[in-house]
Amino acid sequence: MICEKTKLALQSLFPEPKPEPVNIVEGASEVSEKKGKAPAPPRQDGLLERDYAIHGYHLDAQVSPDQLLKAVSILDAAQFFIESITGVDWINDNQLEVVYDFSRYDFDVCRVVIRTRIDRSNPVVPTITNIYDGANWHERETHDFFGIKFDGHPHLIPLLLPEDADFHPLLKDFKA
Amino acid sequence: MNSPIVLQPDETFILNVGPQHPATHGVLRVKMEMSGEYIVNAETVIGYIHRMHEKMGEVKTYPQFLMNLSRMDYLGALGYSHCHVLVVEKASGIEVPERAEYIRAITVELNRIASHLFWFGAFVMDLGGFSPLMYALQDREHILDMLEGVTGSRLTYCYYRFGGLYNDIDDDFISAARRFIPRMRKSLVKYRKLVTGNVIFRKRLEGIAPITSEMCRKYGATGAVARGSGINFDVRKNEPYSVYPEFDFDIPVYHECDSLARYMVRMDEIEQSLRIVEQGLDKLPGGPIMPDKKPKMIKPPVGDFYQAVETARGSFGVRLVSDGSKNPYRLKLRSPTYSNMHLFDEACRGMMIMDALAFMGSLDLVIPEIDR
Repeated sequence: MICEKTKLALQSLFPEPKPEPVNIVEGASEVSEKKGKAPAPPRQDGLLERDYAIHGYHLDAQVSPDQLLKAVSILDAAQFFIESITGVDWINDNQLEVVYDFSRYDFDVCRVVIRTRIDRSNPVVPTITNIYDGANWHERETHDFFGIKFDGHPHLIPLLLPEDADFHPLLKDFKA
Repeated sequence: MNSPIVLQPDETFILNVGPQHPATHGVLRVKMEMSGEYIVNAETVIGYIHRMHEKMGEVKTYPQFLMNLSRMDYLGALGYSHCHVLVVEKASGIEVPERAEYIRAITVELNRIASHLFWFGAFVMDLGGFSPLMYALQDREHILDMLEGVTGSRLTYCYYRFGGLYNDIDDDFISAARRFIPRMRKSLVKYRKLVTGNVIFRKRLEGIAPITSEMCRKYGATGAVARGSGINFDVRKNEPYSVYPEFDFDIPVYHECDSLARYMVRMDEIEQSLRIVEQGLDKLPGGPIMPDKKPKMIKPPVGDFYQAVETARGSFGVRLVSDGSKNPYRLKLRSPTYSNMHLFDEACRGMMIMDALAFMGSLDLVIPEIDR
C-alpha cells in the first residue's frame, strides 16, 4: 500500500519519458551488466522497483542533486525514518554516488533508496539536515570518507576521522 | 589568588564529559555548555576508537571479514555477524540448512540476553547501585560459558559461516540452555523486586528524558529507544528474517517515552528472548549445519543488497555493493547506537547533568559500535 503511494509520489519527479523505460522489471539491467564486454554506462535518473527478496529494498530512485530535497520531502511527509546515508565511489565513471536509505516504523514494509550521482571533481550535494535532523552525523561521516560536501550543513567538520584529517579513505584512489 | 570564580547569572561554562569517564562506558566525549547544574547545549564528539571497518570490508575478501563484525559490538556480537552472513547469502543465493538457522536464532537470543544483562548491571551502577551488576554478571556468566563451548570464544565470536555454522551444538549446550531458562526467569523476579520496584531508582528515571516518537523518526532511532517511545518496531517482526516467523514471541512497547520505559523494554525483552530460546530448543530440527552445495569462492553477483536485523541495540543494517569480485566493492555498516546516540544532543537540552547521564545509560551505548 504505502509502497504504491510512495512510488506514485516519487514518479512525479520524473515527468517526461526517459530514453530507458522507467519501472524496469527486476534483472533486466543487471544481466546486461554481467554479459556486456564494454563497461555498462552509468544508470540514468529514474525510479526502479526492486525485488525485496533479493535486494532488501522495494524502491530505488536515482535523482539529480537538484531533485534531492524534493524526493526526501516526499518521504518525510510519508512518515519515513532515516536509516543511513553513505557514498559509493564509481571511479570508472568518474562519479561519486550518495545513497540515502529510508524505512518506516510499520508492518507494511517499504524500504526506499534514494541515490544521486555527482561529478568526482566537484562533489557537492545539498544537505537534508533541514528535513531530517538525524542526517547531520551521517552527512559528516560521508564527508569524512568521500570528501563529498553537503551544501548548507551546519557543522561539516570531521566526525569519525581525526579533527585535522585532510584525506578521504573510502575513495578508490586513496593510498595510505 | 585562589578566590573562587563567580559566574554572572546568565553566564555559562563548558564542561567536558569524557573521553575517559566511567559514565560514558568507553571513549566518548560530550562537550556540555552548562548553566549551573543545567545543560544549555551539548555536542557529542565521537571517533576516538574509529578503526575503519568499512575500508577493511573492501580490502578483505568476504570470509576474511567475518571476524570484524564481532569487533564492532563486543556485547551482542552474534547479531552483527548474523546480518553480515545473511546479506552475503541472500546476494549469492546460498541456501542455509534449517538446523543452522535455528541454532543461529538460539545463539543470537542468548547473546541478546547476555547483552541486556550487562547493560542492566552497568545502568544501575551508573545510578549508584552496585550490587545488581554482580547478580547480572553471574547470570551472564552462564551464557558466556555455553557460547564458549560451541563457538570457542567468550566475547568476539566468529561462529557463523556463509551457508551455516562453524560448529554444531552438542548435548552439553542443550542441557545447559535448558537449565538456564528457569534460572533466568527466577532472576528476573529478583531484579523486579530488587531494582524495578525501588523507589529511588524509579524517581531517577520516571518522566526523565522524554523522547517523542517524532524525534525517533527524525533521527532514525531504533531498538529499545524507539519501543520505549511507543513505536512498535522490531525488525524480527516487521521484516521477518531467518526462522523468526516460526517463533511465538511479543514485542514489548511502552508509551511513557522516558528513561524508565527504555529500561522496562529491555527487561521484558529478556523474557521474550527466553521464550524464543525455549521454542528453538523444542523445535530444533536435525540435519547438516552446512549446505552440501556451496561455492568454493564467495563472489556475489553485481548489484546492491541490503539486509537489516534486530540486534540487542536496535536495527543493524549491512549494505553490500558487489562488483562480482571476491571483495565487496562497498560495505556499509549501519549501526543502531550511532543513530540512537545522535539524538542525545538535542534531547538533553535543559536537563540536569545527573539526569542526562542516566539518560545516556538508558540509550545502551557501545562505543566501538558507534565509531566502527
